[in-house]
Amino acid sequence: MSEKTAERVANATPVHIARKIKGLSDRTIAWIFVGPTIFLLLAINIFPLIWTVNLSFTNFKANRINRAIDYVGLRNYERILTDTDVWLSMQATAHFLFWTIFFQVLIGFTLAWLINKKFKGNDLWTTIIVLPMMLSPAVVGNFWTFLYQPQIGLFNYVVAFLTGRDASSFEMLGSVDLAPWSIVIVDTWMWTPFVMLICLAGLRSIPDYIYEAAEVDRASKLRQFFTITIPMVLPFLMLAVLFRGIENFKMFDLVVQLTGGGPGSTTELASIHLKREAFEKWRTGYSSALAIILFVTVFGLASIYVKALNKVKGK
Amino acid sequence: MRILKLATAGALALSAASFANTAQAEDLTLCWAAWDPANALVELSKEFEAESGHKMSFEFVPWPNFADRILNELNSGGKLCDLLIGDSQWIGGGAENGHYVKLNDFFDKENISMGDFADATVYAYSTWPKGTPNYYALPAMGDANGWFYRKDWFARDDIRKAFKEETGRELGEPKTQKELLEIAQFFQEREIDGQKVYGAAIFTERGSEGITMGVTGALYPWGFKYENTPGKYDMEGAVNSPEAVEALEFYKELYKTATPPGYTNSYMGESLDAFKSGQVAMAMNWFAFFPGLYADPNTGGDKIDFFVNPPQNTEGSTLGGQGISVVAYSDKQDAALEYIKWFAQPDVQAKWWGLGGYSAHNSVLNDPGFKDSAPFAGDFLLAMQNVKDFWQEPAYAELLLAMQKRLHDYIVADKGTAQEALDLLVEDWTEVFQDEGKL
Amino acid sequence: MSFSVTEATTRQKWMAGTLVILYAVISLIPLVWILMTGLKTPPDSISYPPKVMFEPSLEGYVNLFTTRTRVSKETLESLPPPANFAEEIVRNRDMVIAGPSKFGQRFMNSVIIGFGSTFLSVFLGTLAAYAFSRFRIPLADDLLFFILSTRMMPPIAVAIPIFLMYRNIGLSDTHLGMILLYTAVNISLAVWLLKGFIDEIPREYEEAALIDGYTRFQAFYKVVLPQAATGIASTAIFCLIFAWNEYAFAVLLTSGTAQTAPPFIPTIIGVGGLDWPAVAAGATLFLIPVMIFTIMLRKHLLRGITFGAVRK
Repeated sequence: MSEKTAERVANATPVHIARKIKGLSDRTIAWIFVGPTIFLLLAINIFPLIWTVNLSFTNFKANRINRAIDYVGLRNYERILTDTDVWLSMQATAHFLFWTIFFQVLIGFTLAWLINKKFKGNDLWTTIIVLPMMLSPAVVGNFWTFLYQPQIGLFNYVVAFLTGRDASSFEMLGSVDLAPWSIVIVDTWMWTPFVMLICLAGLRSIPDYIYEAAEVDRASKLRQFFTITIPMVLPFLMLAVLFRGIENFKMFDLVVQLTGGGPGSTTELASIHLKREAFEKWRTGYSSALAIILFVTVFGLASIYVKALNKVKGK
Repeated sequence: MRILKLATAGALALSAASFANTAQAEDLTLCWAAWDPANALVELSKEFEAESGHKMSFEFVPWPNFADRILNELNSGGKLCDLLIGDSQWIGGGAENGHYVKLNDFFDKENISMGDFADATVYAYSTWPKGTPNYYALPAMGDANGWFYRKDWFARDDIRKAFKEETGRELGEPKTQKELLEIAQFFQEREIDGQKVYGAAIFTERGSEGITMGVTGALYPWGFKYENTPGKYDMEGAVNSPEAVEALEFYKELYKTATPPGYTNSYMGESLDAFKSGQVAMAMNWFAFFPGLYADPNTGGDKIDFFVNPPQNTEGSTLGGQGISVVAYSDKQDAALEYIKWFAQPDVQAKWWGLGGYSAHNSVLNDPGFKDSAPFAGDFLLAMQNVKDFWQEPAYAELLLAMQKRLHDYIVADKGTAQEALDLLVEDWTEVFQDEGKL
Repeated sequence: MSFSVTEATTRQKWMAGTLVILYAVISLIPLVWILMTGLKTPPDSISYPPKVMFEPSLEGYVNLFTTRTRVSKETLESLPPPANFAEEIVRNRDMVIAGPSKFGQRFMNSVIIGFGSTFLSVFLGTLAAYAFSRFRIPLADDLLFFILSTRMMPPIAVAIPIFLMYRNIGLSDTHLGMILLYTAVNISLAVWLLKGFIDEIPREYEEAALIDGYTRFQAFYKVVLPQAATGIASTAIFCLIFAWNEYAFAVLLTSGTAQTAPPFIPTIIGVGGLDWPAVAAGATLFLIPVMIFTIMLRKHLLRGITFGAVRK
């Protein structure tokens, strides 16, 4: 904190200059410049959030305008925490979160490590690898349902070709066992480049002299990897995991297009469950409470994680 | 005195408004699902444009997103649609939440009689509360879930012989649900002309209403009831009756043993696709598609025939179909009412049927030539005699989504037993009606 | 070339290159398949085994931009000869073109909302970022964190009250409503990124200008803005890509007038049988601009996706 304060003081315009400025004072300009942004965020983010909190204590249904609204206290929260469907959706989210991050870190780091060997044309190939993550998850996810078709889909065909199984003998999106993996595959395909880019930045931030010093000490390449490369990249990797974690906790568009939460409720992630409650069943009060619970969860987890991240960085 | 004055002022304002509106040509938007009949309606509406001077625009939403998007639109008080051909189950919500304009005064004024339309359709598409003379829509399109099959395959000697050997029966249109299953299982994974074919394409869609519409096609013939006593919401013992359990187990068997692979989330489009690509011997779908299927260059004509959802313990078909309503948020209600007035005319209704829309007007249905006007016309009349609809309560969406989940969990995701699925469904529905204050 | 212990050997480079290229090629297959499917006829698109070689056709694109009705053989024969290639393709399927589809309109909505919200968020974001970078603002860290934390909300959670608010003030399904909403979401990205870019511009430049008698506003306008141009441009592209790709708000808050392409493209499939080429054609047209932007952005990509947390 003290460091930050110092930085802020340094940032302020030096007094001898400030005195000479014509026109509006810096103070006024600062508020004119920041004001609209704060106002917009208050109107479209904070006010709605407060409203959501308020709604979460009611039995309001947004599709029933003529119905009386009653305050029901904590009943919505109680219902949610005792609802097995909510817990199942949290489990599905946890499975999705864990495995997507696992594969993305594994593949993303490996790719970054390989690219850092600085072979010819590595810039070009990096750009190509990055493409999937910049595209619309809804549009691309929708197309993946076509690739996953058991009869005609390219994915099934390729798997059948490689394993000798019948292409119509397995249903990536329709079977309870495979559907959770089918969404992990597509998310990994889309977002591995993200982890890769951040790891690459981490690898490139390691100064050569550290390796040179290790070389002088006759440390083996393997030892260098575990004592230099990994620890130096770790803060970057953790940052990548933070971003992916938050994003995938909120995951909606890609999975809605792929499975719609099915089969049954196998891949009904928290956001999809929330959407069903809020915009299909129109249980506005109930779903507001669920929204608050999700927000608090992601905020809480992220805060704990950031603390851990800062500790690692501090080392 | 004051009241009289107000009334006169109101009447004056109203007549002034209606005068202003008829004088100017409006651009009306009609919202409906994107499917064959919608294209027919575009064609039909050209006549209205020419007569009235209004311009018609259309917003057709594919079925899987139709309810989601249009209900969202209504609930947000949107002005996208002036006219809406909304699904039959929406009528309760449309009426109670004030999305639809009540049409009684308009019908009286324009001499449109609901007696001119088939009773079942008026009951299902127009009235709320059910069966009372409070009209929120004009029956626009009669519909029910029916079946179609490959007549050419059913007629082939080699196939007929094989079927007889396997089952001891002659191959033909199934007379019961269980016969249907037997035929479907017979065709499952059979080689026909060098291609592997499958038994039947059925509804299993999770997101909107698909699997419920398919399963009720089995539940109703087994004698399924929503309540023990109509209007009392006493569902225990009705929704989860032994017959209902049997019907649900039947549907699961049909799904597991006689449908093409990958049809785990399929609805109208997938069913049509499976049939048109020659993959299945039979398929279920709404009558609305039958004109298009019959006209299909590859699998239509003499290769296709149609049958009503077969009975088991009793007759019963799942109701589809829609009424046309005026949206309360529209600024162009007068022009929209003009459209309904035009649409209700017997000669327009006759043309509607001619173009492939299922008119619900008695003058069309009772015409002696109707039965033979299309190969599925007779089946349609038969189906409409025994149709049943899902809840039309204002809480319909909650009721439907609960059923979608329980059915898909049991049938596709293999969770629990049929008894458990229906018991859970009773619990879900009880909770909804408690929230509604109806229990 | 001098020897370095950190430089990989030729063989290592060769192997690393092979593996990376292999991954790149595999990960490109789905995108190439979208492109190819868009150029197939519907029967070719669903043939088994999947066709890699095929005769290209524009049927998918024609279907994407038109609505069609089936007509009888007799009607078809009585029609005048097709006026263009599109009509010819459609007639081969016993159909006639009934009118344009909604795709063009939805694509335009994406353009209007995308550019509108990008302009607004970059405009507001630049001002705020400059203020955060140069002035002493009380609670600056907390405000910056607050701006960032708004990104942690699941969009569906925000959508519930926004839906109610927009319903009450008549912003549902309007371009303005979507522009404001996307601006609110994008502004956190814009402020964080631009603050990083402006921090990198030496303050001595403006201070010199201020001493020369420029007002603070003139200094900002004439000195800082030109220096920050590259940063502003890449921030703008990031905002545009977000607005362009956004799905959850669009699907919940728009139904027709202001609906953008992402909720619309998946529904193309449902119109008249499963028409994958039309979906793929729509996806291709929709994805290509972003691919071009990505290539333009490659230098600033890392910074953009990490909110400026990681800079090269």
